[in-house]
Amino acid sequence: MANVETTAQAQKRPQKVPDNYPIIRVRDIWVSFGEHTVLKGLDLDVKRGEILGFVGASGGGKSVLMRSIIGLVKKQKGVIEVFGHDVDKLSEDELQAIERRCGVLFQHGALFSSLTVRQNIQFPLREYLDLSERLMDEIAIAKLEMVGLPAFVAEKYPSQLSGGMIKRAALARALVLDPEIVFLDEPTSGLDPISAGEFDELIKALQQTLGLTVFMVTHDLDSLHSACDRIAALADGKIIATGPIGDMLKSDHPWLRAYFHGKRASSRLNGKKA
Amino acid sequence: MAAQAVSLNQKEEAGKLILSAAGRWISSFAGQAEHLVSEVERKRAKSKSVSIDASRIEQLDTAGAWLLERMRRDFEGKGAQAEIVGLDPRYKILLDEVKQTNTGKDTEEEQDENAVVGTLSFLGEMSVGFAKDTGEFVQFLGAAVVSFARVLVRPWTFRFTSIVHHMDRVGFRSVPIIVLILFLIGAILAQQGIFHFRKFGAETYVVDMVGILVLREVGVLITSIMLAGRSGSAYTAELGSMKMREEVDALRVMGRDPMEILILPRMIALIIALPLLTFIGSMSALFGGMMTAWLYGGFTPEIFMERLRDAISSSTFWVGMIKAPFMGAVIGLVACVEGLRVQGSAESLGEHTTASVVKSIFLVIVLDGFFAIFFASIDV
Repeated sequence: MANVETTAQAQKRPQKVPDNYPIIRVRDIWVSFGEHTVLKGLDLDVKRGEILGFVGASGGGKSVLMRSIIGLVKKQKGVIEVFGHDVDKLSEDELQAIERRCGVLFQHGALFSSLTVRQNIQFPLREYLDLSERLMDEIAIAKLEMVGLPAFVAEKYPSQLSGGMIKRAALARALVLDPEIVFLDEPTSGLDPISAGEFDELIKALQQTLGLTVFMVTHDLDSLHSACDRIAALADGKIIATGPIGDMLKSDHPWLRAYFHGKRASSRLNGKKA
Repeated sequence: MAAQAVSLNQKEEAGKLILSAAGRWISSFAGQAEHLVSEVERKRAKSKSVSIDASRIEQLDTAGAWLLERMRRDFEGKGAQAEIVGLDPRYKILLDEVKQTNTGKDTEEEQDENAVVGTLSFLGEMSVGFAKDTGEFVQFLGAAVVSFARVLVRPWTFRFTSIVHHMDRVGFRSVPIIVLILFLIGAILAQQGIFHFRKFGAETYVVDMVGILVLREVGVLITSIMLAGRSGSAYTAELGSMKMREEVDALRVMGRDPMEILILPRMIALIIALPLLTFIGSMSALFGGMMTAWLYGGFTPEIFMERLRDAISSSTFWVGMIKAPFMGAVIGLVACVEGLRVQGSAESLGEHTTASVVKSIFLVIVLDGFFAIFFASIDV
């Protein structure tokens, strides 16, 4: 009897995970939609505190992987561990606790259009914590200013903001509970190069300030060069290579060569050398 | 102490107030932490020098860092020297970052309105809105007519397929519900008539009542209201979401007139479909009345038809039918205007869809009233 109880408790309490254990660990994951198989036995590790850039062809399953890690897409097979816990084996409450430690920035921001920016940022606070209005207002403004928006934006509706401001406001919302992992789905797409550069800087700064782990789906070669510690490349439903940008550039894999040494990429590199 | 996740202790040393914070200063415990901080804030600081010792803080996040900073600012606001000391170096960047925020610049103060002014301005806004609505409807109707005239001049630009598609959606697919509802209404009218007319021995007049009421008023009104709810709302939602995703603008920049492509087919479809549905609906209502008269009142269908032939003239029928296309035009007009008014948010879409249904039903009934006055004055 006592034995049963201890095992139950051991399962319930988050066991201590060693620091060097990957914060996200994906093993042999298969996802298909009808006949079409998108992920075919994919393995991936994300280390604590790194910014991982995730690249792959359009429609190749980058967002699908991200969505299956955060539980929006059902996988057919495989194991996903977040913070060292197998997400399939967790109860509803434990899963919610894990979700609280993750922030997600959707491709188009996904701010609630009927709420102001302030209400959007406060939404997770209001749902999860019992705080005074004053403190919630102050936290919202603090987050807003940390992502580089002026405080008056707080009273605006998402439809009154530009694309770059929406991304920043959505990032503020994703960060309001100080998550340990942030998922970014093409954070710099649709931004001008200056704003995109600033966004990369911002993510780096926030990663250092808040000790974040960042999982970034991106197509932006500049982001890959300047912001990411490590890059994982997806092709044919599998990870074909992982490593820092230098390794990617040296790789002989045809897809990687086409990606990093294609016309756009090389003109950029040459431009940098000149 | 172990039971509490956060703590804040004060002591005085040589005229210096030392506040030592300990525990996990993170969002999950921010409620407790704020309580402790406001308690300290409430007491007036006697000391001119305050030191916030953060060396025993185990865990810190933005919320916690902000609370420390808020406390520091509060002491400074009261004229004391305050500083945060001993914080774990890994949290230093976070605290520095938080120090830059909530500085009060760039904020917009919201002003409170008093109730009287609020009510008056609400009334004023409503009146202006009403006038604007009227203007916009008239303008839109004009634009639709112009666009229709243009199509008449160049008949090859007429979007026949589109009209057929919309007629299928608003007309053909509404048939079952319209038939069902009007059948029930006809049956109920006949039942009520028989029940009450029986007291005067005037049951046979039920046929007159049902015939005239259905053909002149009920058929067209119920059909219009149903279509306003069923199709007008769909039009508004469709056009509204197209507007939200800039599809309407895309049409415009491709040199196509949204009026011609989106609005006209929808309005024409409604103008054609509504009389047809009114006819089908009225027949269904008469059939419902006949069935009730037969099963409940004991008239055979032959007697019913005989009475009906005497009771109504073709003008009764045409009075109802002539109203239908106008009702269709009003519903289409309101639905399209409201659809194109939708702005960015999902809430706005809902608001305009509601407005579309409410306004079109209201206008249908008002229009019916005008028709009644008109027909009374020409003695039909």
